[in-house]
Amino acid sequence: MTVKKDYVRPLDVKNGRIDMNHGAGGRASMQLIEEVFARAFDNDFLRQGNDGATLPVPAELLEGGRLVMSCDGHIVSPLFFPGGDIGCLAVHGTVNDVAMMGARPLYLSASFILEEGFPLADLKRVVESMAAAAREAGVPVVTGDTKVVEQGKGDGCFIATTGVGVVPRGVAVGGANAKAGDVLIVSGTIGEHGVAVLSQRESLEFETAIVSDTAALHTLVAAMLRVAPPGAVHMLRDPTRGGLGTTLNEIARQSNVGMLIDEATIPMRPQVEAACELLGLDPLYIANEGKLVAAVAPEAADVVLAAMRAHPLGANAARIGSVVADEHRFVQMQTRFGGRRIVDWLSGEPLPRIC
Amino acid sequence: MKYVDEFRDGALARGIGARIAAEVRPDRRYSFMEFCGGHTHAISRYGSAELLPEAVHMIHGPGCPVCVLPIGRIDQAIGIALKHGAIVCTYGDTMRVPASPAAGPPQGGQHPLGGREPQASRGSTESLSLMKAKARGADIRMVYSAADALKTARENPAREVVFFAIGFETTTPPTALVIQQAAKEGLGNFSVLCCHVLTPSAITHILESAEVRRFGTVPIDGFIGPAHVSIVIGSGPYEHFAEEYRKPVVIAGFEPLDVMQACLMLVRQVNEGRAEVENQFVRAVTRQGNLAAQRAVSDVFELRERFEWRGLGEVPYSALKIRAGYAAFDAERRFDLHYEPVPDHKQCECGAILRGVKKPTDCKLFGNVCTPENPTGSCMVSSEGACAAHYSYGRFRDVELVAESAA
Amino acid sequence: MCLALPARIVALDDGDQATVDLGGVRKGVSVALTPGVAVGDYVIVHVGHAIGTVDPDEAARTLALFAELAQTRQAAA
Repeated sequence: MTVKKDYVRPLDVKNGRIDMNHGAGGRASMQLIEEVFARAFDNDFLRQGNDGATLPVPAELLEGGRLVMSCDGHIVSPLFFPGGDIGCLAVHGTVNDVAMMGARPLYLSASFILEEGFPLADLKRVVESMAAAAREAGVPVVTGDTKVVEQGKGDGCFIATTGVGVVPRGVAVGGANAKAGDVLIVSGTIGEHGVAVLSQRESLEFETAIVSDTAALHTLVAAMLRVAPPGAVHMLRDPTRGGLGTTLNEIARQSNVGMLIDEATIPMRPQVEAACELLGLDPLYIANEGKLVAAVAPEAADVVLAAMRAHPLGANAARIGSVVADEHRFVQMQTRFGGRRIVDWLSGEPLPRIC
Repeated sequence: MKYVDEFRDGALARGIGARIAAEVRPDRRYSFMEFCGGHTHAISRYGSAELLPEAVHMIHGPGCPVCVLPIGRIDQAIGIALKHGAIVCTYGDTMRVPASPAAGPPQGGQHPLGGREPQASRGSTESLSLMKAKARGADIRMVYSAADALKTARENPAREVVFFAIGFETTTPPTALVIQQAAKEGLGNFSVLCCHVLTPSAITHILESAEVRRFGTVPIDGFIGPAHVSIVIGSGPYEHFAEEYRKPVVIAGFEPLDVMQACLMLVRQVNEGRAEVENQFVRAVTRQGNLAAQRAVSDVFELRERFEWRGLGEVPYSALKIRAGYAAFDAERRFDLHYEPVPDHKQCECGAILRGVKKPTDCKLFGNVCTPENPTGSCMVSSEGACAAHYSYGRFRDVELVAESAA
Repeated sequence: MCLALPARIVALDDGDQATVDLGGVRKGVSVALTPGVAVGDYVIVHVGHAIGTVDPDEAARTLALFAELAQTRQAAA
């Protein structure tokens, strides 16, 4: 039997687990990075093998644009859910945060905090999913870090990401820019991510075909900004944790306005509605990971809506109401039933109700 | 969703609203009390009040079992977790109800995550809740059904598992079933802290209260009977109120159209001087109710002589306890618990609000000290509580309506 | 504590359990309190238990009544 020179036994990705050595910074750490992370993310920046990445200056900056940066922590449980996993969720979430500023996302960083005992097979799955999402979005992970915590201190895998992007000169999209008269548009059906994740929680087991809507929205945003007259898209935000209801309240507060929405116009799949009924949850407060809500100047609403509907991620885009002047900053909703109520801030966690 | 969507039709709602407006007498007001948490929620969530004429006024009664749960009972549940180290399983609704400050031991002054325990330092006045106790290390788990609590007991044979059982008659039969099941399996580590309460007692108590009976300061012209409680107990038990107190009762289904039709039926009874029990929820409620459920309940539970209701004081024969035959599953016996009544915050008006005597906006604490984020009283915790419902859905009515934009 | 929903039984399982469907979402519930239900029946589900059945004839009657009541202009005139 001949043993190859410089043979290094590869990680047992099938059956192996993370142990404290992998976080110590020594050979085991290096092997983990090479065989799992670098292999999956593989790009010019990572191949340099440095602690940081030297990035070229994007064209928009040279022309008077500005940098945009955003960060996220990902703690979703379970790690794998219908329609996605923590890996692709991490990419989509941060790409979207940057895109919601009207910016073109450029680069991501990823910090992994792994629990001792976490299966390498699961790690490989997460990392490969993350890498695929990054490739598909055209936004590479250019730098990263890995740490390991003792068993019992970490819930498997936490991921923290930072995203960097650039806005061209003259584009100012933000939560404080919504104006009375603006049309509110949502890019598609709400409530799917939250319902998909909840359907996996043990005590709430229910069967549904609902999958998470997790997706990178930057090309949808680009399509919207391309057709809109300059400055017509005032506000973009993705209604993640806390759902549409919370996002609308956040904007109302930041922009010092009120809102009036029509429940009948909010797109929702019947199964999501049914699942929320069953659990006693209000779909307005359920997380979305592949949707955005926009406040658009009224004269531009039609053309922006058309551009959204022409994009695969905006096929069900709909007008849901408008921004109004209101010193109390209420988000009011005309119910399907014909009455009116306010959509308030979410209180605490949306615990499934019994009552 | 069949049997759901059709009962929420907005066009029909407007039509029925118009019919009610046509039939109310011009010279009087109509005040109807509903005491089903689900009705409170349905009315607020759909904005049904707007579709009723001015003359019809809805009062939210004590239909929310979370709201009527006294501080002392939450303290017991927290105590079981913190002092006895048991796993306490509870429905989500109870997690945020504020109880007494720091009801548990200081854990040697150190919190598992570092930092000193507030109690071990200066003594905290922060109210504990099951959720806050959980943050302090109590093993409190939210369950969707009593069966989940039983499952937890099976999966943790070395730990005590206690199910915090609350609710009116709708929720009681499932608890009875798990106790019967636990007995069958001989589960030695499972018990139930029984705080089930009874609807008819709540109504009687209100009708007997000073404001209503003697002084007529809260004119209640009729009751909207609870939907799902009535599926279990039937329409029979309400006949007593109609007769004795001369008040009409209309049992209404859960959907907003059901509530509107029930209002119309009550308006008609009042106009015609009748005081009968009518059943609007004919698709699910019969006169005798669900006998299988009633049998299970009477096998496992019996009446408590008295039980404190938050805001209402002690109400006789208004709650259930576990029979001697199932004593092994009674958490009160197992943990030798004694009930300590704890008074509400001095300015909390939950009691008056639960009796329908005051509105949320009559309470000085509403919206400032007491909010859904920081509830002082239980009416603010549960989304069926009158205060939470008003805060979350209706408080825009307290201010002048803003000019509508041309949407 | 009144959140309860009408759902259709799509399968009867062992041990007093059944699978119900509400708008395409399926869940396992106990039917111990509604002995004698069959596939196709609608039950009212509360905290994981079917607590009663929905009578389709009565439901239809109620809906018809709503429609009738809603036509107020002509009737009350």
